[in-house]
Amino acid sequence: MSGFFEAVIDIFTSESTYINGALFAGFLAFAASGELVAERAGTINISVEGMLLGGAFTSAVGYHLTGSTIAAMAAGVLGGVIVAGVQAEMSHRLSADQFVVGLTLNILVFGLAGFLDNELEPDTELASRWEVPVLSDIPLLGQALFGQRWPFYLLYLLVPFTWWVLYRTRWGLELRSVGENPQSADVSGIDVNRRRRQSIYYAGLTSGLGGWFLIFGQIGLFEDSVVGGRGFIAIAAVIFGGWTLRGTIAGCVIFAGALSFRLSVQGLGYEVNSELLQSLPFIVTLAGMAVFAHRVRPPAALAQPFVRGLK
Amino acid sequence: MTEGASSQRGARLGEWLFLYGLSILAALVLSALLVESTGGAWRSVVSALIDGSLRKPARWGETLGTAAPILLVAVGTIVSGRAGLINIGQEGQLLVGAAFATYFGFLIGGPGPFNVVVILFFGVVGGALWAGVAALLKFWRNVPEVLSTLLLVTVGGQLVAYGLSQSWLLLAPLADRGNRNQVSSQLADDNRLPRPEIFGNEISFAVILAVVAAVLVSILLSRTVWGFRLRMLGRNPRAAQRSGVAQTRYGATALMLSGGFAGLAGAAMLAGGGFAFGNYQLVPGFATNIGWTGLLVALVAREKALVAIPVAFIFAGLRTGSSFVGATGVEGRITDVIQGFLVLALLVPPAVMFLRDRRRSRAAATDRA
Repeated sequence: MSGFFEAVIDIFTSESTYINGALFAGFLAFAASGELVAERAGTINISVEGMLLGGAFTSAVGYHLTGSTIAAMAAGVLGGVIVAGVQAEMSHRLSADQFVVGLTLNILVFGLAGFLDNELEPDTELASRWEVPVLSDIPLLGQALFGQRWPFYLLYLLVPFTWWVLYRTRWGLELRSVGENPQSADVSGIDVNRRRRQSIYYAGLTSGLGGWFLIFGQIGLFEDSVVGGRGFIAIAAVIFGGWTLRGTIAGCVIFAGALSFRLSVQGLGYEVNSELLQSLPFIVTLAGMAVFAHRVRPPAALAQPFVRGLK
Repeated sequence: MTEGASSQRGARLGEWLFLYGLSILAALVLSALLVESTGGAWRSVVSALIDGSLRKPARWGETLGTAAPILLVAVGTIVSGRAGLINIGQEGQLLVGAAFATYFGFLIGGPGPFNVVVILFFGVVGGALWAGVAALLKFWRNVPEVLSTLLLVTVGGQLVAYGLSQSWLLLAPLADRGNRNQVSSQLADDNRLPRPEIFGNEISFAVILAVVAAVLVSILLSRTVWGFRLRMLGRNPRAAQRSGVAQTRYGATALMLSGGFAGLAGAAMLAGGGFAFGNYQLVPGFATNIGWTGLLVALVAREKALVAIPVAFIFAGLRTGSSFVGATGVEGRITDVIQGFLVLALLVPPAVMFLRDRRRSRAAATDRA
């Protein structure tokens, strides 16, 4: 038993745990902040997985063509937004079922990315590392939060920006009203489905960035399995966080902790059954939702399509 | 009056056909463009697909055998879909079902035909239990089933992989496997589903099972009180609750049934064998996307079990055909893309028609007023 505690202490005192944790949490936070916006407007946007993968792939191709990480970022955003476009126009213009569209999109993007990856085989490399002076010397957390490759730092802008947009602009207010009571919003002159489409485009933008971050800030090369279901963990983080930005980020950190714990256990050479360990983040996610999901109130019109005159 | 109505119906049918034709064409043209733009020739892809799914010897039997589990999964999805539940974890439920079938098949190991039934039965149990976890989380802890079923796919996959690494669970004794292979033992000859040979094609018995299941479920859903209650629950949960349809009981039953069908599909893949599904043994990655494909079939069939039958055969054909596409120099995964485009395209016509009908009835309402 003492071995177990030693292992846990080892894990919690090793810097790499925190670095990996921050990378995982960062990736989730890119996706989850957009997902939060989409869900507050009333869409459970399960195509976030496809948006992440699409963004990752197009950013890799963008880098392959131009050799510039910035151009890759633009390409990644474009990829995410294209997937978002299909989701938004089909579910909130044509009023097709949002889950059906999202699910199909995930499968389609997975097929497309795999097919085109084999045809194009884009070359990528990691972005350069930026160390923030002084702050990156903080023990344990310094390197994790301030010693990352530069795409990571975009989060320090994106998360506050998401908060500002969602809670401090008229657009954000209308967006939230559309998720709570679309009939009233409609009567007061808000184009419900338009706001919902816009919220999905926002999710596409942040997820595109997330895909780009994954390739250039974390992994360095594209495969069709890079996202590997973590888009769904981002959705779970939004639910876990009770549809608030603070809670969502907390969810990202906790779920990323489970992902990082798994890596650290193996990295430090402890023998734990790897199959069981791999499912740990998913089990933590499920358990987290089971404990918290019934305590929070979702947006009242979440996952309900809006067609004027129908209730 | 009646003449007007019938000509209207004719016009409607025409619109339907036109819209469907247009969207399917768009999907195919997009796929063809993709093939051409990556240096392939779409004609050769089409001919390879037909070769692989129908034309070459023994291929259509293979396609039928592939369609069987896909159809079973789709039928299950239709049951839960009717109750308004979105089960998207069939891939995991299928795998867990197959694992249960393997474990109990070897544990009980009764005489041949009896043990086949045992295997299929425990497939159902495994799938239903795995979906039951999601049902429990949904109705007890309010966790959306969309997410829980999905996350359970990964967990199920890892658990089965763990089982395959442990000889007290699923791993075959060393004598029955290559040194480092993590596979289960092979089912004995008399523990397999019969595969009668017709015109040089081996037809898995699972096909009959799947078609019968589809017909039965179709009748159950459209002609029984139980089916009516499920539909009511799906269309208007509040009204259903008021008229005495307990959401928890009916919803949980529907979800577990849906998982049970996926599990049955897994057991049928195990006992039905065939080129595509391993060799009567459980291997890592056993589910090979059959669960996802079945889900897509259910979506395309718009929750009608009888429509799912032909759709399942078409999707199975794409799958068996894809193994021949590689020879044309085009990446075989193009079939995934074709499938995705097709499904997306098939979502458009009903949505367009729905919106048009609404606009028309609103216009009619304003005319009257």
